Amino acid sequence: MNAILSKLRADRRLLWIAYLGLVLLLTTMPFLTEMGLGRSWVRILDFVLLYMMLALGLNIVVGYAGLLDLGYVGFYAVGAYLYALLASPHFGLHLPFWLLLPMGALIAGLFGVLLGAPTLRLRGDYLAIVTLGFGEIIRVFLNNLNAPINLTNGPQGVNLIDPISVNGFSFGGMHQVFGLNFPSTYSYYYLFLVLTLLIIFVSIRLEDSRIGRAWAAIREDEVAAEAMGIRTRNVKLLAFAMGASFGGVSGGLFAAFQGFVSPESFNLMESVMILCMIVLGGMGNIAGVILGAVLLTTLPEALRYLGPLQEFLFGEVLVDPSNLRMLVFGLALIIIMIFRPAGLLPSSRRKRELQPEPEVAAQEQATVYDSKR
Amino acid sequence: MDIFLQQLVNGLVLGSVYALVALGYTMVYGILELINFAHGEVTMVGALVSLAAIGAILGMGLPLPGVVIVLLGLLVAMAVCAALGFLIERVAYRPLRNAPRLAPLITAIGVSIVLQNVAMLIWGKQYIPFPAILPIERYEFLGATITNLQIFIVLLSFCAMGGLVLLINRTRLGRAMRATAQAPQVASLMGVNVNSIISLTFILGSMLAAVAGVMVSAYYGLAHYYMGFLLGLKAFTAAVLGGIGNVGGAMLGGLLLGIIESLGASYIGPLTGGVLGSHYQDAFAFFVLILVLVFRPSGLMGERVAERP
Repeated sequence: MNAILSKLRADRRLLWIAYLGLVLLLTTMPFLTEMGLGRSWVRILDFVLLYMMLALGLNIVVGYAGLLDLGYVGFYAVGAYLYALLASPHFGLHLPFWLLLPMGALIAGLFGVLLGAPTLRLRGDYLAIVTLGFGEIIRVFLNNLNAPINLTNGPQGVNLIDPISVNGFSFGGMHQVFGLNFPSTYSYYYLFLVLTLLIIFVSIRLEDSRIGRAWAAIREDEVAAEAMGIRTRNVKLLAFAMGASFGGVSGGLFAAFQGFVSPESFNLMESVMILCMIVLGGMGNIAGVILGAVLLTTLPEALRYLGPLQEFLFGEVLVDPSNLRMLVFGLALIIIMIFRPAGLLPSSRRKRELQPEPEVAAQEQATVYDSKR
Repeated sequence: MDIFLQQLVNGLVLGSVYALVALGYTMVYGILELINFAHGEVTMVGALVSLAAIGAILGMGLPLPGVVIVLLGLLVAMAVCAALGFLIERVAYRPLRNAPRLAPLITAIGVSIVLQNVAMLIWGKQYIPFPAILPIERYEFLGATITNLQIFIVLLSFCAMGGLVLLINRTRLGRAMRATAQAPQVASLMGVNVNSIISLTFILGSMLAAVAGVMVSAYYGLAHYYMGFLLGLKAFTAAVLGGIGNVGGAMLGGLLLGIIESLGASYIGPLTGGVLGSHYQDAFAFFVLILVLVFRPSGLMGERVAERP
């Protein structure tokens, strides 16, 4: 892998060819998916992109700033419900998406600050439980805000949400191109792809920016960061707000894509899964997070084939496949973490931290010792 | 007033169960600085195993009183959970002792998913009723009703907690545990076998979880493969409320959380003029937690500890 990468860097022409190949692959992805795996997988492909956006958003909070957030799905819920309530027959409002998505980002960002503000003094696991509680509080409120005034329609959720549409082109409908029918999953794929690429770009630019370095400093040692003149309060709040706003946008997209939202989509397990994507892929490393999102979204779906596989192998279904599916999924989590504790693609900084070269470490110690003498 | 007293009693019962589970979280955290997310699932396994054992004993038709049968089921559950706790630590946490902090969190989630699904494979998705073999008696006390089961639960959990405190503070083993929690390396230099102390911590915590699981299923009259999730979440909240890593804090946090919850469930409606109903019980508990942590960032009894480098 590294050999290929360095070769690519050395040769400009090869690099361009690789970029071209990537662009080609990404644009034809839904077609390839449908040909290879069937139409239902195009929908899964859309979800892969959606989770990628969520994971990249959470990566800002957890991977960059090192703040363990177990309630991330709360912001996703805020974005989704904002879109659902303002673009559905529930209130009879049908605001356009280009107003709703930025609004979702803004409101979710505000919620991020709302969560961040009281938790600034908390560290590590205390933060984890408070964010977890925050996510649960949002879910409980969504579940119960149907009385005395019906705001969220309670556990039934909100139905018939408007699909995203631009200039009369609705992403929700069937479209004919060259005489072929393409369902909404295709149009949403390209929309999600553009937004995911945008979020990846923002994440890359953030990582080595002044703010990104401030986050890294806080993650490594908050006291030292403060001593170096970083306004830890503002920078931490910024991390929460930015991560949350990514979540809010993804939430809005989810609502439009799904056409239906209910509190059940935003339970704790969802937050945990997004966190798993980051940690499993390689925290703080964008490529790792992307890989984690792809893997953890497709794995449970791929494991649905365990039922047919059993029939093929033993002639009958021995174990309930839906059950076995999650069992294998849990085992996979354990096994991957045991063999790759820093994630599948660890970030270069973390790699350095984890495996200090013994000679260098020994030398450093020797010099300290010498200077003391 | 009688409602207040009744809810206080209910909260005390619920809280003593939370406290037992919270102890498991806090002991592991105190030594490994690890949130053992699978602990709630151990409670669930304890409850289901005890029910299976009780069912088997009833099936044999021995002329034993109900209490003895339940206690036998409890013993079986404790043994199974002790083995399970030992196994979880060996398989999922020990290989990651020196890994980044979040890695064991993910394996913990993996273990919890695996345990849930194994339980579902064995016991199915339905609720399993607790056999009505315990002679329930009701006592009236200042207008509140207390059953002998409730009294038994509170007494048993207080005994278990007292025993644990004695073990930690008065015995050689407890001293080794405290030493390991403070500084594992130094403890191992002093001749403490750190690995076996950690295993032992998991075993002890899992046994307490088994006790809690059996009592919860006896109290509510049923057990279910998914019951560990919420219970574990509440207990973890309780441990943090009291100050995670602190044994006394876990007990205090558990009892407080139970009381807050049951009082909240009955008073949140009248207090907010009927706007918020008792459905908000769970949100209320978390709200109190956040409020407490704003003013005491390390929990009620936790000490301000420096972040580990």
